Amino acid sequence: MEILIPLTASLVLLLIGYFIGTILEKKHYQSINDREEKFINLPSVTMTYRAASKETDMSKYSKTQLVSGGVVVSIDYFKRFLALLRNFFGGRVSSYETLVDRARREAILRMKEQSSGADMIINVRLETSTISSSAGDSETVDSIEAFAYGTALYK
Amino acid sequence: MLLTNIDIIPNKNIIEHFGLVSGSTVRAKNVGSDILASFKNVIGGELQGYTSLLNEAREEATNRMIQQAQSLGANAIINVRFSTSSVAQGAAEIYVYGTAVLTDS
Repeated sequence: MEILIPLTASLVLLLIGYFIGTILEKKHYQSINDREEKFINLPSVTMTYRAASKETDMSKYSKTQLVSGGVVVSIDYFKRFLALLRNFFGGRVSSYETLVDRARREAILRMKEQSSGADMIINVRLETSTISSSAGDSETVDSIEAFAYGTALYK
Repeated sequence: MLLTNIDIIPNKNIIEHFGLVSGSTVRAKNVGSDILASFKNVIGGELQGYTSLLNEAREEATNRMIQQAQSLGANAIINVRFSTSSVAQGAAEIYVYGTAVLTDS
């Protein structure tokens, strides 16, 4: 009987994580796709200034500004459980792939949102860092931070 | 103070280099956002408490870098880079560095 209580608790967490997590992720992807379409005319490239100046005439840009965007995204309970199983069998951990994908795209979008009116963003750099669980278990990664920064060029 | 992460400033000439300037800050998350985050860990999604914490930390580190550059007499910082490292459980170090320069107007 005593063993049933933690078992049902984690089962409930798994179900909550699965259903709400899936809905939230779908919503997030929807909003990412919508906003990416909105910013389709604002290219962000990893080229340096020198490389970019070979492609376009840079003398028309009079103002530059450092822009950045960051986000911390957490994985849900169900996917963490899936990843744990994957650790056992090996192979692609697709549940974590969507996590980093979401975080990076969100960070780039926030950077673009900060640079309204800009013509392009050059020298974009992306950075990712992990935040491990506060429960003292440093093996499992709970959430990741994605941070994007670059130089916005204004006319 | 003009900040860029490219190695020149368009349409301006760099008159003088002052070398490396940097700013850093170590931040720990507070208990409130920690509890919220542990709930959020079940369903996944953005941890807004941590996002704003790291944004504030970056701002502070950048401000410290700018102060250092100002005290040197610079009016711009080029080639700015950000880096993050976790020094302890629940604490993050944000480090910003760049090259302080003086440009003509």
